[in-house]
Amino acid sequence: MALTKADFAEKLFEELGLNKREAKDIVELFFEEIKTALERGEQVKLSGFGKFELRDKNSRPGRNPKTGEEIPITARRVVTFRSGQKLKARVEAYAGTES
Amino acid sequence: MTKSELIEALARQQPHLAIKDVELAVKCIIEKMNHALSTGDRIEIRGFGSFSLHMRPPRMGRNPKTGESVALAKKYVPHFKPGKELRDRVDSSADKYEITG
Repeated sequence: MALTKADFAEKLFEELGLNKREAKDIVELFFEEIKTALERGEQVKLSGFGKFELRDKNSRPGRNPKTGEEIPITARRVVTFRSGQKLKARVEAYAGTES
Repeated sequence: MTKSELIEALARQQPHLAIKDVELAVKCIIEKMNHALSTGDRIEIRGFGSFSLHMRPPRMGRNPKTGESVALAKKYVPHFKPGKELRDRVDSSADKYEITG
């Protein structure tokens, strides 16, 4: 089961004693504020987690994989995420369950 | 934007909360994301995106100093896929703002 905003709000309620309303609002705002910064062209670096970077991509030729038809991919700005050292190290240690 | 700038921005919008509480909340959210990923759980935030792990298969690597071959075990790396709303918002404001930070 994937974690959702509700799980984060629940954690804030349990661990910090924020009331449910406050917990829900702060989780909502946390992600909204990151989106707003990225929308303004500001990259976001959260130490201990990672960095949300922006890249301007030129247009390039593409192809509809189903039909093989050539269609240009327009120039666009995209978000990429680079995990920080700490997260990388913790994830690398994860042995994984075969699925 | 850095973590402390994010904390300040959230505190401005939640003036009834002590800045210390906002700081703890942000750290708690980040720790929960780290913990989820490091135990193999996915994170799905509607409109923002999803975090998951991608597997890197085992491979033969080389010690760059000695040139010796070493077997590298399979490993996992964190992956983020931006959600539709985030993709659209970032792209549609691209001609208004230069990339900074």
